Amino acid sequence: MSYVAVKGGAAAIHAAHSLVAEQLRCGSDAAPRAEMPDAATLRAHLRLGVDRVMAEASLYAPELAAQMLLQAQGDTVEAVFLLRAYRATLSRYLDAEPFDTQKLRFQRRISAAFKDMPGGQQLGITYDYSHRLLGYFDKLPEENLKDTADEAGEARDHPVFRRGPGIMDHLVQEGLMEGHHTDPAPDAAMNADITRRPPEFPAGRCQRLQTLARADEGFLLGLAYSTQRGYGQNHPFIAELCVGSAAVELCPPELDFSICIGYVEMTECQMINQFHGNSPEEATLTRGYGLVMGQAERKAIAMALVDRALRARELGEKVTAPAQDEEFVLSHCDNVEATGFVEHLKLPHHVDFQSEIALLRAMHGVGATPSEQADDAL
Amino acid sequence: MTHYNFAYLDERSKRAIRRSLLKAVAIPGHQIPFASREMPLPYGWGTGGIQVTASIIGSEDVLKVIDQGADDTTNAVSIRQFFESVTAVRTTTRTTEASIIQTRHRIPETPLRAGQILVYQVPMPEPLFKLEPRRTETRVLHALGDYSLMYLQLYDHITRYERIAIGYDYPVLIEGRYLMSPSPIPAYDVPKMHRNPALQLFGAGREKRLYALPPYTRVEPLAFDDYPFAPLQVDMPCSICGATDSYKDEIIVDDKGKRQYLCSDTDYCRGRS
Repeated sequence: MSYVAVKGGAAAIHAAHSLVAEQLRCGSDAAPRAEMPDAATLRAHLRLGVDRVMAEASLYAPELAAQMLLQAQGDTVEAVFLLRAYRATLSRYLDAEPFDTQKLRFQRRISAAFKDMPGGQQLGITYDYSHRLLGYFDKLPEENLKDTADEAGEARDHPVFRRGPGIMDHLVQEGLMEGHHTDPAPDAAMNADITRRPPEFPAGRCQRLQTLARADEGFLLGLAYSTQRGYGQNHPFIAELCVGSAAVELCPPELDFSICIGYVEMTECQMINQFHGNSPEEATLTRGYGLVMGQAERKAIAMALVDRALRARELGEKVTAPAQDEEFVLSHCDNVEATGFVEHLKLPHHVDFQSEIALLRAMHGVGATPSEQADDAL
Repeated sequence: MTHYNFAYLDERSKRAIRRSLLKAVAIPGHQIPFASREMPLPYGWGTGGIQVTASIIGSEDVLKVIDQGADDTTNAVSIRQFFESVTAVRTTTRTTEASIIQTRHRIPETPLRAGQILVYQVPMPEPLFKLEPRRTETRVLHALGDYSLMYLQLYDHITRYERIAIGYDYPVLIEGRYLMSPSPIPAYDVPKMHRNPALQLFGAGREKRLYALPPYTRVEPLAFDDYPFAPLQVDMPCSICGATDSYKDEIIVDDKGKRQYLCSDTDYCRGRS
């Protein structure tokens, strides 16, 4: 048997891959043989799933991400891995100008901290207030439906820009909120791409935010949730949550002005957190920040909570909970790394295991060499 | 949606929840575990309150749902529509007309009367969770009536900020025995809980806990003799009705940060203007 297992490796792999290919072509046994949906259709139908793949792969490529999701049979982490592997082949020519999220063309913008705000609350596309019943969206009351659709179309064709100061600016102005973060590091280091520089600890803010932005949504969600349940301090209020398109601007070296090369959809969460300071006068609210590609509100909110939790040391808070431990969080939040190491346990490990067994036998006084009996069993 | 049972849950589930509620009423302020069900609204949106309401509501009831004090906020609208679709009971926005009021984060300004039921949506039923996140520990502290952690926290606030710095979810002691979370209502609302003639029920769906205050229960906010309970309130009158005795929403009305103050209890405001 062992002879076959070793020598049959290539044939077995080929057969296994043929099975995958067969499934990709036919779908499940129950479903009839169907044409593969094209990337644009997939992108349209599985928009949020595709957004998640792009966010965690940190590459904005909607149609590619949709194709990856199809090849991965809907396995998000596998799709992220595919897109990451592709991303690694791309050259990095230029850095874009920093996004001005104040100029986001938003389709959705809400504040939980204030009942209303300048510019108004706009619910946009959301499941938030729907009832989770199958077919719920097919059974919406007829009246108003057309008007709403018209308005939504209007909003899509004439997107609204966020103008003027945001909620955070008003709170800063009143002295209730800490100021904008100022990183003492120079610009070049601020901009350092974590995919081109090995991580260092303690991490700077830019390393933290980049790592969290492409972290696994489930991992961040669990950590963020733990801070809400007392494992790490948290009293969060969403100042603003925005989903919209941001212009990507480049300034090529041969030009001395920047040009817009397109738009990417982003989700931004600005979180107000518990106050900080040791005297009544010094006490100010603190910030947590989340910014994710695509429409990814769960992730942006979780990111803002974890960002704030990871500022514990900076703000002189006691580090007691997992979510506050920078090295723990940043080293384990990447799902491509994590899935690789967890799943590699499927690889043959018989050499290491044999030495382990030999050791245990020696400790039991059996002797290092296996008995005749055991040899037969193999 | 005729294929769902009255009030969505099946009768046996509703009865199981009512049994837990009876226990809760019998031990005021004590958290009773219950087998919380998944509701078609997300955890955090008020699934505990929704399950309590679903298990006690009958066809003769008149339901009012508020969120942040208002009947017209998105979540209140959604929950009211849910009960309209699965019970067809009459709903109202008037505090005085309602037999059941489900609330998130407020107690109505209009005093409640005997026979009414106020159902609170509770995110974190454990009042000690910020100080001790493990339930295995807090259960012992409650059993021993040992609330020194919380008193220490209040003392810490006084040394740092010269006051007890808790604006909402202010810890209260029930009948001198159990420490209880009043849910994240503003501290301003806490005195309304004390000796209230209405039955007050609290549901925490995600945390799978229920608790209750029977009518006329003694509810005392934690404080010290020299630092008494002193809830804060905006001095500004309501821009619509002029009320000075109500809790206010603060609204930023322009880019210069100009503020306006409105009653958060929309029914109270409408009744006055």
